[in-house]
Amino acid sequence: MTKIVFFIILTFGVELFISGHNNPGGGFIGGLVLSSAFVLLYLVYDIETVHRGTPFDFKRVAALGVLLAVGTGMLSILFGESFLSQTTWLVDLPVFGETELGTMTIFEAGVALTVLGVVVTIILGISEDVE
Amino acid sequence: MITVLLAIFIPFIAACLVPFIHKILTGRRIGWFVITIPLFLFILLIRLVPSLSNGASYLYTFPWIPSADVYFSTHLDGLSMIFALLITGIGSLVVLYSIYYLSEREAIGRFYTYLLLFMGAMLGVVLSDNLIVLYVFWELTSISSFLLIAFWYHRKQSRYGAKKSMLITVTGGIFMLVGFLMLYTITGTFNLQELISMREVIAADSLFIPAMLLVLIGAFTKSAQFPFHIWLPDAMEAPTPVSAYLHSATMVKAGIYLVARFTPVFAGDTTWFYVVSCVGLLTMLWGSVNAVKQTDLKALLAFSTVSQLGMIMSLLGIGSLAFASSESTQIALFTAATFAALFHLINHSTFKGSLFMVVGILDHELGTRNIKRLGGLATIMPITFTIALIGSFSMAGLPPFNGFLSKELFFEAMLSLKEANLLSMDSLVLLFPIIAWVGSIFTFIYCMIIVFQTFFGKVHAPAPGQRPAHEAPIQMLISPMVLGSLVVLIFIFPNLLGTYILGPAMNAVYPQYEGMPGLVPEIHVWHGWEMPIFMTIGVIIIGILLYGLLRYWKWIYSVGFLQWTLDRLYNALLQRIERVASVVTKTYMTGSVRDYVAYIMLFFIALVGIGLLGFQQFIFDFSDDAVIEINESIIIFVMMCSSVAILFAKSRITAIILNGVLGYSIAILFVVFRAPDLALTQIIVETVTTVLFLLCFYYLPEWKNEYKSVSMRIRNGLIAVASGVAVTVIALLVQGHSMYPSISIYYETASRLAGGLNVVNTILGDFRAFDTMLEVLVLFIAGLGVYSLVKLRRKKGVDHPEEK
Repeated sequence: MTKIVFFIILTFGVELFISGHNNPGGGFIGGLVLSSAFVLLYLVYDIETVHRGTPFDFKRVAALGVLLAVGTGMLSILFGESFLSQTTWLVDLPVFGETELGTMTIFEAGVALTVLGVVVTIILGISEDVE
Repeated sequence: MITVLLAIFIPFIAACLVPFIHKILTGRRIGWFVITIPLFLFILLIRLVPSLSNGASYLYTFPWIPSADVYFSTHLDGLSMIFALLITGIGSLVVLYSIYYLSEREAIGRFYTYLLLFMGAMLGVVLSDNLIVLYVFWELTSISSFLLIAFWYHRKQSRYGAKKSMLITVTGGIFMLVGFLMLYTITGTFNLQELISMREVIAADSLFIPAMLLVLIGAFTKSAQFPFHIWLPDAMEAPTPVSAYLHSATMVKAGIYLVARFTPVFAGDTTWFYVVSCVGLLTMLWGSVNAVKQTDLKALLAFSTVSQLGMIMSLLGIGSLAFASSESTQIALFTAATFAALFHLINHSTFKGSLFMVVGILDHELGTRNIKRLGGLATIMPITFTIALIGSFSMAGLPPFNGFLSKELFFEAMLSLKEANLLSMDSLVLLFPIIAWVGSIFTFIYCMIIVFQTFFGKVHAPAPGQRPAHEAPIQMLISPMVLGSLVVLIFIFPNLLGTYILGPAMNAVYPQYEGMPGLVPEIHVWHGWEMPIFMTIGVIIIGILLYGLLRYWKWIYSVGFLQWTLDRLYNALLQRIERVASVVTKTYMTGSVRDYVAYIMLFFIALVGIGLLGFQQFIFDFSDDAVIEINESIIIFVMMCSSVAILFAKSRITAIILNGVLGYSIAILFVVFRAPDLALTQIIVETVTTVLFLLCFYYLPEWKNEYKSVSMRIRNGLIAVASGVAVTVIALLVQGHSMYPSISIYYETASRLAGGLNVVNTILGDFRAFDTMLEVLVLFIAGLGVYSLVKLRRKKGVDHPEEK
């Protein structure tokens, strides 16, 4: 049951993140939903089990997020624009039809990953401390 | 010119790559990757030398924060070129030397990362044209220097030295920043080239002197000028390649660079001349006198660096007089001083770099650098001895080495002062050549100490557990050998350097005299029986006498004011600051979260209260408001009930749940008012917070009413009511006033500008992306903070590395 709920929440988080461009959602909320999914896992199973299932360090996830967010800003400098300028392209993808791709999505992904990483790190840090 | 930009960023990029490449090129082999960076940049830059000597300069600008006049502009001219070549050239040699100096057990990857970080920052300092950019790189050099000094951070002395250098140079840097901001208020530009063209405007302003002094403090702290020199001897705790690179050849010369760079802006005023040349001369004398009493070879070299930097500084001071003169003979006389400064700058890097490397070799092979335990090494380590001999004799100002040439020019510049009657010179100025001469005598003495006490005399038996003395491996000798041969080569071909390297630099310092005959004088090895050569001969004779009689007069170091050091002042000051700070902090940091909440609320109330008092006009306008629906009032009623109920809750879990009710009700309110974004965020935040509360449950103290006293209750009640009133008043006032045009019009074009229909997200991700990025950073730092606090608390009892 938990597994099903976990994946529903996970999908919901990703959906929120992706739809953020034109509908309610976005990096911050997406990241929070994702982290609540992980928190649910930790509440249900013990830490060891979850660690085995998710063999990555959430501190690194957060660091990766910050890197992405700052990195997209730097990227615009390389193209001669000022720091943090964003652009979009309209791309014709085979399955999705005409899709809009933007550097803002990368930036938002950075935000989402940071939120996910930080929230899980804090909650894990405190809960591990209990034992 | 993209080359210049590349020169700054390549080291930074390489610094990021080092940890990854270190996995492939394990051990000391990583050095071979690192060495390609400065070598490549050196070749890149030296290719531009011919065009620079034809008068070209390279300016490249792109906007960084254009709204604040900050442009990332790089400017390569003759002056920058000298420093850039030193940074990359000596950098290559130092890396080569480090490959064999550092043992495999050290954290080599970390070392090279810091070193490349420094290289990029230092190149940034000398190549940027915008003052703010220059400042950023300036502080980056301080930080990388801190990291390198504390490389062996398990040693207490290393940490002390690192902290000291950081505190002094960063404080100086902040003074310098204030000076830059003053220049900005005068001229409205941060660009150096524009500043130089506006020198009359700057000189006429009342902020002229303050700005000048502040910039000078920055330069003096960085270049270890008296009385800020105290950090340099302690910085010798760094590994020797670092001392050779940062603390003799490059970073400490950043102050010199700044003074030379700002000469066209500030020079012409007598204050500039007096401050720069007096501080320089005093530093030269103080450094050389103190160097003689050192027994640690590295400390001796540190004081000698202080002294030499003072010498270059004083020359720049005299060179500034050219701006105040009008006769062409006098101009040529004073510009020659700057020429000597730049010439000695290069010479100093060559001989001091080689001497540091020699000391590193001695330390590496014999395990000590105490001159009392060294001796008779001339026959055992012949190559090392030769290099040390060349370096020391050059520093002492003897032929046939490059130090002789610049020392002669130095004396000549000092003597030229008496011919300057344009500034109503007083007798003080006539003391200058005498101080310079005395300083040179002491310089001569410590140079002799390096050579004779280390390499002659009786051989000391190796301490137990140590190998007998032997020559260093050839790989470690290459770098000092290259520098040593440069010392000789520059003596033979000084004018090659003069035309191609120093000439363009002179044009940068004296833009208005560009192309003037005599601006780039020819350097002669022999210029007749003139005063300078007599002074040199005097230095040699008296120096030899005093060196021979050293043991009879060394006692003067143990008496009087020479005993008194500025270090004690620094330590006492630091202790005092820490004590006062801890007393002040303890008065309000009670450790109780309740108190902190009270501070925050009081601050908020005060801020809003003062703002409202200044506002004076209170209009409450409800005419446009919508009718409050029945469902809305029900939600509000629920919220009120739950918040009041928290006050009377008997257990913590009840309180948490009631708080949750409050939060979810707000979310419902958002839904009713069609703000799905806010509602979503509110729900998720509320959920995660509740989970967090439940996790912390274990730690929280018993839920009880801790306020016994009535006065405490009244105080808290008042704060609570006042903050509530403040928020309500603001919310109601906002309706009645429209002080600024609404910004919502701007966002109607959001979908066109940012290509997104969700306006909240386009604000977060595009229009205000800078805010979001910083928020993400803050969040990350806070997360790491919480994590490490929790982890550290658990490890309490285990001994801490700081205590060792």
